[in-house]
Amino acid sequence: MLPHPYPDETAKGAFAVHMADALISPSVGCTMWAASACAIAICSRRVREEMDDRQIPLMGVLGAFVFSAQMINFTIPATGSSGHLGGGMILSILLGPYAAFLTIASVLVVQALFFADGGLLALGCNIFNLGIFPAFIAYPFVYRPIAGSKPTRGRSTIAALASAIIGLQMGAFGVVLETTASGVSALPFYPFAALMQPIHFGIGIVEGLVTATIVSFVYNARPDIVCGRQAQAATHGTPLKNVLLTVLAIAILTGGVVSWFASEKPDGLEWSIKRITGTREIVGNNTRLHAFLAGVQKYVAALPDYFIKKPAHPAAPQSAAARAKENAQKTGSKLGTSVAGIVGGALTLTLALFIGLVLKKRSAAPSA
Amino acid sequence: MPSIAAAVLEIKQLDELARCDSPIHRLDARAKVLVAIIFCGTVMSFGTHDLSALLPFFIFPAVMIARSNLPPLFILKKMAFLCPFVFIVALFNPALDRTIVVHLGSVGISGGWMSFFSIVVRFFLTAGTALVLVGVTGFVAICQALEQMGVPQVFAAQLLFLYRYIFVLAEEGKRMSSARELRAYGSAGLGIASFSPMIGYLLLRTWSRAERIHMAMRARGFDGAFQAPATSHFGKAEMMHLIGWTMLFAFMRAENMSRLLGTLILGSLS
Repeated sequence: MLPHPYPDETAKGAFAVHMADALISPSVGCTMWAASACAIAICSRRVREEMDDRQIPLMGVLGAFVFSAQMINFTIPATGSSGHLGGGMILSILLGPYAAFLTIASVLVVQALFFADGGLLALGCNIFNLGIFPAFIAYPFVYRPIAGSKPTRGRSTIAALASAIIGLQMGAFGVVLETTASGVSALPFYPFAALMQPIHFGIGIVEGLVTATIVSFVYNARPDIVCGRQAQAATHGTPLKNVLLTVLAIAILTGGVVSWFASEKPDGLEWSIKRITGTREIVGNNTRLHAFLAGVQKYVAALPDYFIKKPAHPAAPQSAAARAKENAQKTGSKLGTSVAGIVGGALTLTLALFIGLVLKKRSAAPSA
Repeated sequence: MPSIAAAVLEIKQLDELARCDSPIHRLDARAKVLVAIIFCGTVMSFGTHDLSALLPFFIFPAVMIARSNLPPLFILKKMAFLCPFVFIVALFNPALDRTIVVHLGSVGISGGWMSFFSIVVRFFLTAGTALVLVGVTGFVAICQALEQMGVPQVFAAQLLFLYRYIFVLAEEGKRMSSARELRAYGSAGLGIASFSPMIGYLLLRTWSRAERIHMAMRARGFDGAFQAPATSHFGKAEMMHLIGWTMLFAFMRAENMSRLLGTLILGSLS
């Protein structure tokens, strides 16, 4: 459920958990794309292997249903704002995790291409945040254990509520991690998380309630729709793959969160070497091969010493005069480059627009 | 997200633009998708405070729009109504990063404002590229190109099915939503109590429709795979499009063309 700050249905000010290209770095974008692409490949193979071909039109039509339902708003009482259905949990309940993930991913692709909601390279992040967490964590580890294979109305409501809250919390946390890891936004981790998580907790409650009421409505009319997937999952479930995917998600989360608290003190080997030789690392024979390979490693290493950004090294002490001279030089050269950059930037922008206009006029001119 | 009628109209408008004819439209979809991805990756690779180096990249959408006869105001209007999440997050930068990095006369511009404008420029470049890609290629051609480039056939089929039935489901959803609003007399009555049963009915009808579609497809010999006609051809024009733009992006990434041009102009004037 994505809240709109304005009650108008055509509101433009939507606060969404969609990542955008402008906020992520290539390394984060490519990493998340790799994870999402692997998930798409695994789910596609799984869908092809175990489902009958009835599922294929079902996935497409339910994807169109979620796409349409997301554009129909409802008012949230006591808040003055409106929201709309997210749909991730409903798809997981109706289709199972693998088909639901593909359906969610396809809806996000359409939103990215037609509405630029997110971006081409942020699509990997969005598919991961809005697909992996609801389908492979919230659904199998929260919804199914609570709802069981034959859910009653009460258990289904509690299960939908809990899974929607947890799924959205994880999705929002994914956005925080990706934004912070990219370093484009200056928002620090803790304030950003403190801003996003409570908001999406409230969103999760409403999404859970809406999901529960819809599932309950459908259950009363067609219990086979709701129960069919649960019974099939109970007999054909393969916990190993769920565990593997969960381990992957936890690994990424651990790497993104726990690494912040990683100690910079030397590990056991480095400590031992320092005790023996006085340095943390042993300097080996500097042969041509060593130097070449070290150069290659330095060039290709995207995360040297596990830092995306290199930590600032304390400057060597300088005299006041030397510092003033250095600052003046830096200021002078910065001023020069800044003015050239601004002048050149305005010129290149004008040039780009001019080239576009000329080409457009040439295309519109009648041929001889 | 826009209203349901507006969203369907936007999709149809972009689809209609993709049916036009131009040198860009005639290129193979794979070349256009690859160039768009390389462009977005290059734009995203710039540093947080890089602004002048990003401006020359507007040449790509400008040339694509001009050569394909896309209406530029249409693309700009679509971008104006995009999700403001990016701007909300970017607005924190000027508040948090106040180190002065540039002086314009006596006015100091902080790193926060530089990064804010950098984010805005990146957003327009990448979002505009996505819209231009759909406008010159079409969603169906993009899906076929993705399948040819290795995307699993099940996922490509899912995208095509979704696109086919968005219009059908959106019409149903629009009728139901309009009926609900006409009975609501303003904002009252548009809460979850009326929303959930309506969406539940839509879901039940969607499920029944899917069952009918499946029976119709099986009756026509559908076996799970789509047999797309092999009409795409990746030839010399596509190779030149791909290599030419990639080389230009690489050059503009390596050299700050704005600074080069500015230095040249200022040097010739002094």
